[in-house]
Amino acid sequence: MSMSLTKSDAEDFLIHEAALLDAWRLDEWAELFTADGEYLIPATDDPDGEPGTSLFLVYDDRHRLGERAKRLLKPTAHAEVPRSRTRHMISNVSVGAAVDGAVPVACNFVVFRSRLEKSDVYPGHAQYRLVQGGDGLRIRSKKAILDVDVLRPQGKVSIII
Amino acid sequence: MPQDNAPDRLSGLVIDDRRDARFKVNRRAFVDDDVLRAERDLIFSKCWLYLGHTSEVPKAGSFVSRRVGGRPIIFTRDREGKLNALYNTCPHRGAVVCRERSGTRRSFTCGYHAWTFDERGRLMGMPGREALPPDATEDCKLDLVRVERMEEFRGFVFVCFDRHAMPLVDYLAGAAEYLAYVADQGAHGMEIDPGTQDYGVDANWKLLQENSADGYHGVPTHSTYFDYLRARDDTGSAGMGPPGRSRNLGNGHAVVESIGARPWGRPYARWVPGFGEESKAEIAELNRAIMERLGPERGNVVANGDRNLIVFPNLVVNDIMATTIRTFYPVRPGHMEVTAWSLSPVGESKGSRDRRLRNFVEFLGPAGFASPDDVEMLEMCQRGYANVAAAPWNDISRGMRSNAPATTDELQMRTFWRRWRQLVSGDPSLELTGP
Repeated sequence: MSMSLTKSDAEDFLIHEAALLDAWRLDEWAELFTADGEYLIPATDDPDGEPGTSLFLVYDDRHRLGERAKRLLKPTAHAEVPRSRTRHMISNVSVGAAVDGAVPVACNFVVFRSRLEKSDVYPGHAQYRLVQGGDGLRIRSKKAILDVDVLRPQGKVSIII
Repeated sequence: MPQDNAPDRLSGLVIDDRRDARFKVNRRAFVDDDVLRAERDLIFSKCWLYLGHTSEVPKAGSFVSRRVGGRPIIFTRDREGKLNALYNTCPHRGAVVCRERSGTRRSFTCGYHAWTFDERGRLMGMPGREALPPDATEDCKLDLVRVERMEEFRGFVFVCFDRHAMPLVDYLAGAAEYLAYVADQGAHGMEIDPGTQDYGVDANWKLLQENSADGYHGVPTHSTYFDYLRARDDTGSAGMGPPGRSRNLGNGHAVVESIGARPWGRPYARWVPGFGEESKAEIAELNRAIMERLGPERGNVVANGDRNLIVFPNLVVNDIMATTIRTFYPVRPGHMEVTAWSLSPVGESKGSRDRRLRNFVEFLGPAGFASPDDVEMLEMCQRGYANVAAAPWNDISRGMRSNAPATTDELQMRTFWRRWRQLVSGDPSLELTGP
């Protein structure tokens, strides 16, 4: 299937995803992914590494990213009790030509997070592969690359980036 | 109990009451600047500290630069294949001469005045050499300073800033046996995977050493992880499984271990459904090959065992759902910097390495299903210690009357603290063994 996507459509979709995350509608966030979807965050010192060869921070297939969402919504997910307040900012969106039915979309992001009197910033850029599902766009792959040298002071990535 | 709120000596921060089976640690040990100063002088300047793994410097000219015990160090393999540990500071005015984390090079040039050193630390040249007296560079006077001691055990390389320290293998004592189990996983050795987990924790460094081999917290802190495993693999019980045992390995080192008891899979080599049906035969074969290579007894420990090893003062080697090497250092009493790596068998298949790295981050690391909850609890302990004046003591007495201490007991922590107390108090007569 050939597919094209306008920059505006891509932006709307990414803003929708960000809104779900900031509202902690994490089950709905997981539903944005295709059945073979994946969510990845490379190590901060190896942003170009390949999952399966390099140690990542997040290496989720569709099952695990759904479980990640489910876990974070539990009252026993201690790192997020009480929950962080987050704000995902999306910018510099660009859309590439479709490959194997998936459109590569890139953006920059900054995620602000505040919890227990501490505030952290997670800047980075993300690479998506989006496909057209029956009822709208779906994510086949999301790779969020953090533009920080080390995770200090952030410490944890217990929120979804 | 006049000393209850303010022990006048560092040794008084630990109460080791064997008669009443009570072991207490004063929370000042986690918050006081004086304690951290003593730890820097008497522990981090005296003990063997983990530098890196030989696989990180595979060939002539390979280097990594990192801080060890707070000190910037360059770890190199030189043209003769020998390992070097050099203080990363220019003999001229002090700037670090290597700013890259890793790479391959035969020389390091200080950015400030362009003094240049080879991979053994020898001064190769400087601009305007004639302005210094001819003998200025004699006797290596202007070379990079070598770290006082560096020794290797089975690929694990340690440094010590005390030139009079005992040999590494003596220092490691019983921990050597467990590092050997870890190293024995790979028939052709072990290697560090690319990708480092470098993060900070707002808690005292000793809290992470306690936590890293604490079977007692597993179920309450990590119920979400065990729920996830149970749902995925239909493992039945929601918890850790049988308790296994805890051992004092000497010199403050300890291990908690079990065999075949934990619900997670081991890439080398204990299959669980989450690894996928297609991997079952390969993992069975890996298991068989380890049994054949090491014999059934040792093979069983290596392939089916899980171990959380703490090496005094600040090294953790957890060989569980993957193998992680973790080290940490206190920047201030309430904050530590943590660095963690994945250690894998050399020659591992692509499929197995993929399973390993997936399995690693399922539990471990800043975005795992478990480590962030550990970090949270350590940070909450640190917050609670602001009440030290009114509530001064931690209790780590679990299993003090047991003849067979389990992973859910606290012998491993007492082992650490007994060594800690001996070093910070400078009293070698204080006992390292005990219940």
